Amino acid sequence: MELEKFKLGATNLKQKDIEAGKVLSIRQTPDLEYAWDNGVAIGRYLKELKEGRIIARKCNKCGRVMIPPRMFCELCFRPTDEWVYCKDTGTVNTFSICHINWDASRIPEGMPPHLPAVIEIDGASPGTGILHLLGEVEPEKIKIGMRVKAVWKKPEEREGSITDIMYFKPLRNPSKSGTGSKRRS
Amino acid sequence: MGQKVAIVGAGITKFVRRAQETGKELAWQAAKMALDSCELTLDDIESVSCGTAPDAFDGVHEKGEYLSDGCGGWRKPYMRQFVGGGTGVFAPIHGWLHVASGMFDTCLVVCAEKMSSCHPHPQGAFKTIFDHTTEQPLDPTLVWIFAMEYNRYMTTYGIDKRDIALVSVKNKKNAMDHPAAQLPMEITVDDVLNSEVLAWPVNRLDISPTSDGAAAIVLAGEHAAKRITDKPVWIEGVGWNLDSAYWASRDLAYPRYVEKAARMAYDMAGIREPKKEIEIAEPYDPFTYKELHHMEGLLLADRGEAPQLLVDGVTQRDGARPMCPSGGALGVGNPIAATGLMKTIEIFLQLRGEAGKRQVPGSPRCGLAQAWGDLMQVGTVVVLKR
Ligand SMILES: [Zn+2]
Repeated sequence: MELEKFKLGATNLKQKDIEAGKVLSIRQTPDLEYAWDNGVAIGRYLKELKEGRIIARKCNKCGRVMIPPRMFCELCFRPTDEWVYCKDTGTVNTFSICHINWDASRIPEGMPPHLPAVIEIDGASPGTGILHLLGEVEPEKIKIGMRVKAVWKKPEEREGSITDIMYFKPLRNPSKSGTGSKRRS
Repeated sequence: MGQKVAIVGAGITKFVRRAQETGKELAWQAAKMALDSCELTLDDIESVSCGTAPDAFDGVHEKGEYLSDGCGGWRKPYMRQFVGGGTGVFAPIHGWLHVASGMFDTCLVVCAEKMSSCHPHPQGAFKTIFDHTTEQPLDPTLVWIFAMEYNRYMTTYGIDKRDIALVSVKNKKNAMDHPAAQLPMEITVDDVLNSEVLAWPVNRLDISPTSDGAAAIVLAGEHAAKRITDKPVWIEGVGWNLDSAYWASRDLAYPRYVEKAARMAYDMAGIREPKKEIEIAEPYDPFTYKELHHMEGLLLADRGEAPQLLVDGVTQRDGARPMCPSGGALGVGNPIAATGLMKTIEIFLQLRGEAGKRQVPGSPRCGLAQAWGDLMQVGTVVVLKR
């Protein structure tokens, strides 16, 4: 068989026909609302964020200090053992300079780009990162390996959310400069 | 294992931005073509496997049930499978399980995707795959992960963005010879680098389009396959593997889950030196860097070395190790679940010498297709031989 010998299906609708209202479709915006319970591990994690602290969970078998924390070690497949506070500093593992919003719409000209990053948190096991944002930095100056520190909302504005940290900003006088963790696979 | 399994027929629709057809109409078109291609009817089919990605694209819950009549699934043992973008190569694996087990002699495998129903853009639906308690409040777009993985890969090995852009140039050009292609075009590296920056280092032309489309194959056990066709293409190895969904703690420079899936498939197919024995491949390429990243995970290139093979022309259709001769997700299009099956079909056609203008020289005997998905941590691989 060769694809070229068949008449292939699918009819591409033309943008001008869609815009002219020639394409009929049924539209609906489902209005579903969810309340996601935070659970045991993330519940404590978010509660500590409200207090301005980052907490992890340690497995005494493999020795990993895990963030976000979890009540079971997925590798050892046993309960984790203890809560461990981390620092609110870390190292940029990777980052992007993003000009679009979550729904793919473009950030208007003149507005700053989003600066998502993976940040390896000090005190957690090497290579253990979380998704967050960078701020107070020129996008061109961001580097993998850069040392950063959390910038917190004011205590009265915190609500027990990952957004209680507004973003991470470069450490002025980094005590040590990392290059991101080197990991074997 | 119960019995050997072959691909004996294939069907595909065009991949388009927004199809007039519904998902089930697309599924029907691909499924019917697959049956016609090997002169079978639905009566000859003993089991049906459907692959389709997030229900959120369609806004239709239980999409497996919704698509089932288009897939030919009614009054048959029918199952839907789904591992995000990895679905399209998990589909032949899923069908293989049905037949290799000896439970069925034939299985019709259909993958369909209609992304265009989600407005204003299907990217919006992807937000919901991030962790709902610790990540979604940051308003992420899926492009963040790709951009950051691209950056980590590029920085770890000191790769030039120009070399990565070449993937787009190659694949979109290859797609000019694919009759289902949505974005075939002749472009230059500068066109890629000068296209709109979505999320540095990802530009518009680094990313595959969103698409509507469907693909289907017919699988048959050893005896049935030989009755149906004199050119069966055997599924010699299958592999799949899932890594940690704590993606921010994974090694983003290297897709370990792809290596694990590939090793599983190679072991089964008796492949010891993939660089020599895999003559042609369709690694999953929803973004430019992913083709290179995946070649390394598939052990078809050393770590950080895939870009050099591309620059040297090794992965062109007339090179020693052609990659994405179809045009890939970047050129043919990316209707999530159907993309991997399109890739499987390309290897099927190439091994049969039936790929038309896309045919690679040298009559390859062994090739593979690979896809990747979920929260970017599932690898699916099939090794095919004639
Ligand atoms: Zn452990």
